[in-house]
Amino acid sequence: MKEKQVTPELAREHGLSAAEYGTVLEILGRTPSLTELGIFSVMWSEHCSYKSSRIHLKKFPTKGPRVLQGPGENAGIVDIGDGLAVVFKMESHNHPSFIEPYQGAATGVGGILRDVFTMGARPIASLNSLRFGRPDHPRTRYLVSGVVSGIAGYGNCIGVPTVGGEVSFDECYDGNILVNAFTLGVVRHERIWLGTAAGVGNPVIYVGSKTGRDGIHGATMASGEFDEKSEEKRPTVQVGDPFTEKLLLEACLELMRTDAIVGIQDMGAAGLTSSSFEMASRGGTGFLMDLDRVPQREEGMTPYELMLSESQERMLIVAKKGREGEVREIFEKWDLDVSVIGEVTGDGIGRVRWRGKTVAEIPIAALTDKAPVYDRPAERPEGQDALQRLDPAGLPAPSDPGETWVRLMGCPDLADKKWVYRQYDHMIRTNTLILPGSDAAVLRVKGTRKGIALSVDCNSRYCHLDPFVGGMIAVCEAARNVACSGAEPIGLSDCLNFGNPEKPEVMWQFRSAIEGMAKACEALGVPVVSGNVSFYNETMGKGIHPTPAVAMVGLLDDASKRRVQWFSADGDLILLAGADRLGVHLGGSLYLKEVHGKVAGTPPPVDLAHEKRLQEFLREAASADLIASAHDLAEGGFACALAESCISGPVAPMGARVLNPLPEETRPDFAMFSECQGAVLLSCAPAKRDALLDLARRFRITMKELGVVGGEHVDIEGLAKVGAAELRTAWGEGFAAALGLEG
Amino acid sequence: MKTAVLVFPGSNCDHDAYHALKRVVGVDAEFVWHKRSSLDGFDAVVIPGGFTYGDYLRTGAMAKLSPVMGAVRRFAESGGPVLGICNGFQILLEAGLLPGAMIVNDSLRFVCDYVHLRAGADRTPFTRGIPEGTILKIPVAHYQGNYFADEETLSCLEERGQVVFRYCDPQGNVTRESNPNGSARNIAGICSEGGNVLGMMPHPERCAEEALGSADGRRLFDAMVAWLGERPA
Repeated sequence: MKEKQVTPELAREHGLSAAEYGTVLEILGRTPSLTELGIFSVMWSEHCSYKSSRIHLKKFPTKGPRVLQGPGENAGIVDIGDGLAVVFKMESHNHPSFIEPYQGAATGVGGILRDVFTMGARPIASLNSLRFGRPDHPRTRYLVSGVVSGIAGYGNCIGVPTVGGEVSFDECYDGNILVNAFTLGVVRHERIWLGTAAGVGNPVIYVGSKTGRDGIHGATMASGEFDEKSEEKRPTVQVGDPFTEKLLLEACLELMRTDAIVGIQDMGAAGLTSSSFEMASRGGTGFLMDLDRVPQREEGMTPYELMLSESQERMLIVAKKGREGEVREIFEKWDLDVSVIGEVTGDGIGRVRWRGKTVAEIPIAALTDKAPVYDRPAERPEGQDALQRLDPAGLPAPSDPGETWVRLMGCPDLADKKWVYRQYDHMIRTNTLILPGSDAAVLRVKGTRKGIALSVDCNSRYCHLDPFVGGMIAVCEAARNVACSGAEPIGLSDCLNFGNPEKPEVMWQFRSAIEGMAKACEALGVPVVSGNVSFYNETMGKGIHPTPAVAMVGLLDDASKRRVQWFSADGDLILLAGADRLGVHLGGSLYLKEVHGKVAGTPPPVDLAHEKRLQEFLREAASADLIASAHDLAEGGFACALAESCISGPVAPMGARVLNPLPEETRPDFAMFSECQGAVLLSCAPAKRDALLDLARRFRITMKELGVVGGEHVDIEGLAKVGAAELRTAWGEGFAAALGLEG
Repeated sequence: MKTAVLVFPGSNCDHDAYHALKRVVGVDAEFVWHKRSSLDGFDAVVIPGGFTYGDYLRTGAMAKLSPVMGAVRRFAESGGPVLGICNGFQILLEAGLLPGAMIVNDSLRFVCDYVHLRAGADRTPFTRGIPEGTILKIPVAHYQGNYFADEETLSCLEERGQVVFRYCDPQGNVTRESNPNGSARNIAGICSEGGNVLGMMPHPERCAEEALGSADGRRLFDAMVAWLGERPA
């Protein structure tokens, strides 16, 4: 069989620009082989090289006293004391999930799990952040069902609980859904493994599933826009096998308890190519690989296909010379393929052989160092000013604010997501102390008193209207959610979902969002330790709202001090912390979108210094047992937060009677549904009131005493009074009803 | 007193069962790999939940062929206490140690949630001392928990007091609404004729500590310890 001759034309079809192809020629000093072209094209794809984002990602704070590993490895690592650390990362699987929702979402979960256990950590929890198109879009129900069952199918089988997440809907995602998956694992410091290839002569070992033709060029697909032909890309979506991954997980962790290995990395995007070249690059070494020794599922695979396949559930290991037998024994025990496919060399060259011939010979440092980096032009969109204009006075006032309240509680963005999380095993491993449904999930760390709080957040309407402020808010809200549970935010991972970076307006959104996020991270002292960029979320030239999802990890020194968002006892007092943060802010609000059909205005203002004090106050109040619950005011404003605290708990719905926190003359709908940043609804036993108010004064947090828990109704005096049961029904049934799903 | 926690490829509640036994209840426990063919030295066997062999064939259909299942059969025949939880229950059905079969939940979706169970006659080692009619709060997590058997078998199970748990509402009423998977006669757990083999879909190991939302599951393990303690040597 004669291999196809590489031409500039073929390079362009592989997504390499003329200049990039020129660099390839310069590095090699000759025309690349087809296999080499494939390697360059995936390694330099946006997905793998971060060529458009890298210069901006540098703006994130990535260091801190707890950070053991920042960005650049498979996942980030943060110390939690007692010789333990948490390993976590979030990653997108947007394009595959739109094409094939079940497998796309499932393999997204599988990939992120591997990123975590490849570092030696046992995964203990997953989250996800999902965005779909309009609930009544003909494809949405199919996509929601498929994605949710794909996440469930993979996570449940491998036995890692999915403990939280977010699901929301907007027409900007009609043609481009977002599926972002996060996993966190726990590891002892001395058991941390990195993806590095060191020690000349050490064997390179392939373990896991056999290699097939699936997923070839998945990374390249994730680096281009969608068009009407995207359906034809179905074969580039990989198929997941969670059972094999469960075996791989146990075998890897068993192997890592020995000292037989030097480094290990999963074969994710760009499969064997990225794992081998990245490991050698980190180790400053080279390698020689013989593709004939790669376990293969299909006959007649070419070297090009073997190097680019994205078959799932595979790992590459560099072991210590002479210890191959131990590796083999463990993987054979778990019925997995294991094969020594090469060795580490000292000449800095990645050499790939197939049927006795050298099919690729690439200097690794050049492949990495000369990878393209772009400072792409950025420009504020022309329509941005018009977008930010909003005249609230011109909005028609609803005749019955109580009715609007019930409607908002039942809209799919706000409604109970039990339909979703009931399909996820969220209890397995018996660590989940706060189950899904509160501001943050809390897990215990067995053998310690500690708790880990997790929350994922992003309001993409805010980011659309003002990406800088929206970026700040994504970080602040995720951190506030964690603080409401009583935890201290110790690190975050992000998934930056944007449109086509070659468009200056998209680049402006990207740059602004990062700058906003970075500013909030600095102010709150939270490092970014891992993450992922997903560009080209466009279909037929139409981009999504900028959606930088933030997954926040918090630490509780004492998990028994955790707090939930819902009220627990009649007679408890209801107070508002950060009461001075309230005002008439309708820009980007859920009310504006759901009731008036508009996404306009500017997001509510942020005060980072206040935010930091507020979160410290919340932790102190929880650890001193002064509060019974804490819930932040977010989408839907004060009225919806209050309703959630009344009805979202596992007990019967509770009533409440409270004062209107805004001046009396404020329009009722504005008072109820204005959104703000930096206010939290608390409940406490009457005996704790004085101490709580004292504490708030110490942190200079403005408190307003609003009322009392109890009764059959949720009653905001002078504004609206609705039965708690009615709110619960609307909230409980809204999600399935809006999507036409069976409850 | 030592308990075996079986580990098959794809078992994933093995660590949870081990934790509940060893760390919560305080009884000695040991993982037993599925390729072992002897259970000598063990006083009780727990077959934990999970997705053995990925559930790619019928649930439990592959696991029943593992060498350890021969040992489980002999152990059960000699009167030893065996508890199959979730996938463990499915394996016991496939192995023929309990009658009936599992089909997909009537919702066609995986379900993970707390449910309530109403206890039947307390004739198993794991329910001794839990009076008939007791209501327990225990989570389920499964895709195929819809217990099925022909009418004759079901009636026979009832007559012989082999229905150990039924799904019920918080007040103890056995209703259609309280059944999370559509199982025949709301069955959540059954035992062998001798009473020493118990299979149940709900997960007692997930609710053995108050911090996790319920400690009702611990009662099954405590009952097992008491039963083993009273048993003549």
